[in-house]
Amino acid sequence: MNQPREQQRDYWRSNLRLLCGLLSIWFLCSFGLGILWVDWLDQYRLFGFKLGFWFAQQGAIYVFVVLIFVYIFAANRLDHRHGVNEDEDHYVEDENYYGADGD
Amino acid sequence: MDIQSLTYLFVGTSFALYIGIAIRSRAGSTADFYVAGGGVSPLANGMATAADWMSAASFISMAGIISFIGRDGSVYLMGWTGGYVLLALLLAPYLRKFGKYTVPDFVGDRYYSDAARLVAVICVIFISFTYVAGQMRGVGIVFSRFLEVDINAGVAIGMAIVFFYAVLGGMKGITYTQVAQYCVLIFAFMVPAIFISLNMTGNPIPQFGFGSTLTTAPDTFLLDRLDQLSTELGFAAYTSGQKSTIDVFCITAALMVGTAGLPHVIVRFFTVPRVRDARLSAGYALVFIAILYTTAPAVASFVRVNVIETINEASYEAVPGWFKRWEDSGLIAWHDKNGDGRIQYRAGDALVGVKPQFLPERGAAGQRLLSNKPSANSNEIYIDRDIMVLANPEIARLPNWVIALVAAGGLAAALSTAAGLLLVISTAIAHDLLKKVLMPDITDRQELLYARIAAAVAIGIAGLFGIYPPAFVAQVVAFAFGLAAASFFPVIFMGIFYRRMNREGAIAGMLSGLLFTFAYIVYFKFINPAANSADHWWLGISPEGIGTLGMLVNFTTALAVCHVTAPPPASIFELVDNVRIPRGAGAAYHHHLES
Repeated sequence: MNQPREQQRDYWRSNLRLLCGLLSIWFLCSFGLGILWVDWLDQYRLFGFKLGFWFAQQGAIYVFVVLIFVYIFAANRLDHRHGVNEDEDHYVEDENYYGADGD
Repeated sequence: MDIQSLTYLFVGTSFALYIGIAIRSRAGSTADFYVAGGGVSPLANGMATAADWMSAASFISMAGIISFIGRDGSVYLMGWTGGYVLLALLLAPYLRKFGKYTVPDFVGDRYYSDAARLVAVICVIFISFTYVAGQMRGVGIVFSRFLEVDINAGVAIGMAIVFFYAVLGGMKGITYTQVAQYCVLIFAFMVPAIFISLNMTGNPIPQFGFGSTLTTAPDTFLLDRLDQLSTELGFAAYTSGQKSTIDVFCITAALMVGTAGLPHVIVRFFTVPRVRDARLSAGYALVFIAILYTTAPAVASFVRVNVIETINEASYEAVPGWFKRWEDSGLIAWHDKNGDGRIQYRAGDALVGVKPQFLPERGAAGQRLLSNKPSANSNEIYIDRDIMVLANPEIARLPNWVIALVAAGGLAAALSTAAGLLLVISTAIAHDLLKKVLMPDITDRQELLYARIAAAVAIGIAGLFGIYPPAFVAQVVAFAFGLAAASFFPVIFMGIFYRRMNREGAIAGMLSGLLFTFAYIVYFKFINPAANSADHWWLGISPEGIGTLGMLVNFTTALAVCHVTAPPPASIFELVDNVRIPRGAGAAYHHHLES
């Protein structure tokens, strides 16, 4: 916890920006394309699917998966850039690691 | 071999596997029992989370429901996967950094209040019992249909298995059995789906298959054929929506936020060593879940086409064996309204009172006679939605071993979820209630004993729910998600992202969100079920979607109360700052103890 305050605040601000960006895509692809604009999108086709139907039952789920992996990559990079990553943490494989007996 | 011996073989082998794993991974301490010692790999945790999450409802019921409601089924598909984005981005990494055992732990510590902890404990227990009742019933149904044992005996066998690995192994035993159960259930779900997709469209990948043309009519897309069949029989087109946009929006949001707030899912992220492992295991979990969730809508449309083409206008004497076997189980019923000996499948409920009431006699064609009056429409057939996945391989005339495999998969899905829920209940009682509030002086060894006793009692109660299912089980499913959305998600989210949020705001928010959601659901489901239609709903939002408004009520109340009461003490600001950065995840617990 010896991080300078300023650096921690920077880290948190960048983190919030990342979250806002990803969650906007999350909202647009599920609530937007899959619900609000689904009937309009249905005029287009993707092979045998109406496009709106495809987003509602398939596309949104694929976008969710991609979003989480983009987040994992970006968040790990952010941790490194701001020096708050866990590389120097030592994971102790120990029964009492959680302080089970220390309570 | 016949279906029954194959089913015994598959189910028996999978159960032996679960018990073997349980014996190998016994819990030695409370940390083992609650969070598997915190040393689970992200990949294993991803699989375990997927099995934990995908219940009898996902495996058995979801594709069936979608095949009856068409595009509107997307509320479940998006709702139950989109929540993982919220979980991965907004909750899991920070809760892992916090590094305690349970959701009430976080609520109690962050809001420096045992009252808040108690509210959380009550919610955890209520949500988990609601959920587990359905699982035990699912176990009973699979046993009675495929192994032809009594439903009650089936529930008892299921209880014994869960008892063995949950009480002995705790989270450690559950984690590794869930990994095995995921493999069993996904294999069992995918094999018939791939077979059917190949049969019907020539495409081995079901996700692409239901957007392809039919092998029987190379110029027609499967979904177009399905729309045509549906409208010809008086149903709405399969790819069109029936629910109002605002209701679809609110149900999807309530399911997403509810998923992110379910305690048995959240607790899985306490079992990995580091913050970045928590992120990664959320990613793996969603991949494993998405495999089933993108296949389910394909299965739904395949089975819908098959059912319509197989039974509509078929004479009762000529229908395939599965039809009569499910009729014997009481989940299919036929009322020959026009007396032509043929089955007419049309839109609308075939029977007055919806559920069939069978008479002991049989009709002219050999069908079971009903005491229900026929309804005014020309539909002659009642089909229970839950049988679609289980009957799917038979409907598509797949080999016997595939049918047996589906039984083992359904059991894996129900047992894995039941075990996860029971563990959460036992942790809430032994850790959050006894250790943290009532008996703070007990040793680790005593706490572990209490946790085991609580798990055993919880299994007993869950079994009773399965044997004597309360009539309200189907109605209360909306509760679990609505309440999780209206209580846990806002309170945890604000606990991490809003440092100024204090004890008074959190408690007021949780209570107001809960009461609002609870009252709305109880009114429409129990007090005045006759009014449960779009005309009477507030803003056109059904009880299933009301959790979304409950969440907003929670947020608004919490913020308002928070601004007129004292800010939290300095140590809480420090705690939040600490939770926000990944470094030092291993030390977080000790750090907090010292502060």
